[in-house]
Amino acid sequence: MTANSNLIPSLLGLAWLLPLASFVLIVFFGPRMGKAGKHAALVATAAIATAFALSFAALVLWLLQNPLSAPNPGGHAAERVAAESAKALSGEWYALGVFGPLRIGIGYYIDSLTLAMFCMVTFVSSCIHVYSIGYMHEELSEVVDPLAPLANGQPLRRRGRFCRFFQYLSLFCFSMLGLVLAGNVAMVFVFWELVGICSYLLIGFYRERTSASNAGNKAFIVNRVGDFGMIIGMMALWTGMGTLSFGDYRAVDTAGHRVTLPGIFSQVRPAETKHQLQVPDGMVKLASRPQIERIVLAHRRDTRTATAAIAGQLRGWRSQGLGYGLLVVAGLGIFCGCVGKSAQFPLHLWLPDAMEGPTPVSALIHAATMVAAGVYLVGRFYPVFTPEVLLVVAIVGCITLFLAASIALTATDIKRVLAYSTVSQLGYMMLALGLGGWLAGILHLFTHACFKSLLFLCSGSVIHACGTNEMPRMGGLLKKMPYTAITMLVGCLAIAGAGVPLLAVGFSGFYSKDLIVAQALSFRASNPPFGGLFFYVAVIGAGMTACYIFRMWYLTFAGEPRDEHIHHHAHESPKVMTVPLVILATLSVVAAWNLFGTGYGLQPLLEQARPVEQSIAHGVFLPGVTMPFEHEAHVPQIHTPAELVAFLAALIGFVLATAFYGVRKWDPEDARRTFAGIHRFLVHKWWFDELYSFALVRPVLRISGWVAACDQRGIDWLIDHLAISVAAVARFDDWFDRLFVDRLVNLVAQWTYAVGLRLRRLQTGNVRQYVMWLAVGTVMLFVVMSLYWNLALAAGM
Amino acid sequence: MMNLLTQPVGLSHYLAVSAVLFVCGFLCMATKRNILGVLMGIELVLNGANLNFVAFGSRLLRGGTSDGLGLDGQAIALFVIILAAAEAAGALAIALNFYHTHATVDVDRAEELKG
Repeated sequence: MTANSNLIPSLLGLAWLLPLASFVLIVFFGPRMGKAGKHAALVATAAIATAFALSFAALVLWLLQNPLSAPNPGGHAAERVAAESAKALSGEWYALGVFGPLRIGIGYYIDSLTLAMFCMVTFVSSCIHVYSIGYMHEELSEVVDPLAPLANGQPLRRRGRFCRFFQYLSLFCFSMLGLVLAGNVAMVFVFWELVGICSYLLIGFYRERTSASNAGNKAFIVNRVGDFGMIIGMMALWTGMGTLSFGDYRAVDTAGHRVTLPGIFSQVRPAETKHQLQVPDGMVKLASRPQIERIVLAHRRDTRTATAAIAGQLRGWRSQGLGYGLLVVAGLGIFCGCVGKSAQFPLHLWLPDAMEGPTPVSALIHAATMVAAGVYLVGRFYPVFTPEVLLVVAIVGCITLFLAASIALTATDIKRVLAYSTVSQLGYMMLALGLGGWLAGILHLFTHACFKSLLFLCSGSVIHACGTNEMPRMGGLLKKMPYTAITMLVGCLAIAGAGVPLLAVGFSGFYSKDLIVAQALSFRASNPPFGGLFFYVAVIGAGMTACYIFRMWYLTFAGEPRDEHIHHHAHESPKVMTVPLVILATLSVVAAWNLFGTGYGLQPLLEQARPVEQSIAHGVFLPGVTMPFEHEAHVPQIHTPAELVAFLAALIGFVLATAFYGVRKWDPEDARRTFAGIHRFLVHKWWFDELYSFALVRPVLRISGWVAACDQRGIDWLIDHLAISVAAVARFDDWFDRLFVDRLVNLVAQWTYAVGLRLRRLQTGNVRQYVMWLAVGTVMLFVVMSLYWNLALAAGM
Repeated sequence: MMNLLTQPVGLSHYLAVSAVLFVCGFLCMATKRNILGVLMGIELVLNGANLNFVAFGSRLLRGGTSDGLGLDGQAIALFVIILAAAEAAGALAIALNFYHTHATVDVDRAEELKG
């Protein structure tokens, strides 16, 4: 290891910990930083901006050490892939615990994907921090919230929470960077939950609003479902491989020797098999337990020969497919967590509701970074996924993509349109990853982060100006808010994938979407009977994307103002908000471009981190599935038609949106009446909320109701009556005490007192009287004694 | 009942004298209002008792023989005399202070110790 290679983890580690420092500072000193905590924003922004500078420095260092290979349009990536695995730095800073071969610690796994994620997250975060300074300025003074009415109908008045907002943002940045940096699955899981907590806190930022607190709970609970699956996946990995670490790690074995133990990636794709997928030994042994027992018995429990015999049999068992199921379970489990976090099909419901949070939060967490973490994790675990798991990923992504895009077509809330768009784009990423297009999916993650955070920030600017989310009350804002309108148009063009086909020049979304559609087409070519479905959905999705996104733009900015009052009060946002918009708009255009005249850019950088290609193209359970190599999608026979079809679909979507909402050639009302059934279906979001409410939420609530009733009527009653009887016994005791015990004691005391009073009179203080008493007493004593003496004598006689 | 007057001087005579002394002392204590008189009465009572001790302690008067020196009575009498002297000193000090505070030596006027 050279000094430089040690510097990159340190730089990233520092970039990771800076937001934590900012969080701690704001927790303790936030309210005292300037008036109403005004300077807390500066602390948080400075921390994240410095983190970006450090990440960028680390990226430059990395590129100096690992120059990008020249792009090879011929598509001979397979040879490179077979020759070497992805370059990565892995290590551990601090071991929290060592349990046999399982090491849980704070470590790192750094490849060019990690570095690119670091730069993207810190950059987008910095922009959003700056934007939030403007957007959240109302929180500096007392806030009147009409959406949270009190019991008496008055709007709620509360103190501003400016510094708390930045405190949460800093915590989120720390968690997100930790998730990206993590060197083992346990650490991923911890930060996975931490970003979930931050998301919960920020969705419920306006916690006095019922809708916001419900949305926060919904996000949290739905994510738990996914995380449960993720825990199962982790358990499967741990039992099967004995480690949770991604990369190889050094350890000291029982004999005291320093050994290098293989991490997850090396076990699943060992160097001996040229990095082809192989079921790890541990999983094979777990699945062939009966055979192993037989061998151990046959060898009369002689450990050495039995071990040798088992090692000899492993290859045979593996070829029978033993242990393969466990690998599938591990992959599905990990993907389950990603489904929750990235709001994929069965668990997609929470993301649209999460729009209750402040708009910068929607941009940062629920568009650019946290929800993309699920896609990132799928990308990170790519070497572990079998074709079966990838097919599930593709199917889930496909369903999500279509479902969310269709709902976005009818939504009227500007943020909800964007939320469903986010879900749909995440579906695109999953679809690409599931069809074998690693680069396509991950590249879309990056380009989407740029243009979707831009779109959200623009919508925030509009909401800030209008005070409403409802698009039917907007319209004609183009002249009032030129910066917002133009930057949002750039975002819309980017998400629709605008560009010039065949010349390969376009907005960032153009490149990533083309890659995805081409990959789908490539998959169709290698899986004739059913593979076409993915391609058609991807193309239709491209058309729908263009349609709903331009519908949103036209409804907001074009045409005549529909609400004079709102239009009159609308105004362009301050510079602190528009400057981040312009920066992000620039990025949305150029993100996927290579630097002019060099081979350096996002695509070659990510290409370097590509995990080894899926070399068993056929699954064991599903032998019919063939995962195509990604470079096969780059050949002109596939890429050119895919490009043209995607462009055509987007164009049709754009033309439809323009016809309905731009030039008003057709009236949307007519279409609504014609397709009333479909419209209702879409407005009700496919009745998913109602379905879950009926199938899950209401039964659970009913059971909780029963349990609550048992508690109140049974257990509470019992405890109440126990308490009542104890109180009765105590009252009786009290009465007895007062009546008998106390009275007896008092009586003795009174009597003693009375006697004392009487005796007192004897002491007259007259000395001569005392002398007389003395004499009389003595005489009396003698008299008595002599009398008794005589009696005693008489008795003695 | 033998007549003391006709008998030779013996123990009974001593006892008679001591009883007279004791009763005189006692009457003096009980009747005198002057504190000094009361103190004198006490002296008489004590000396009456002393006389008893000496008489009982005398081998001659008892007429019998016994072991030891036979000085018990005399020794106790000496003790009593010493105690009486000490007691008189204390009592006179009290009397003097009583006089200083009350400008009288009448014991009937001293009633502060009444219960």
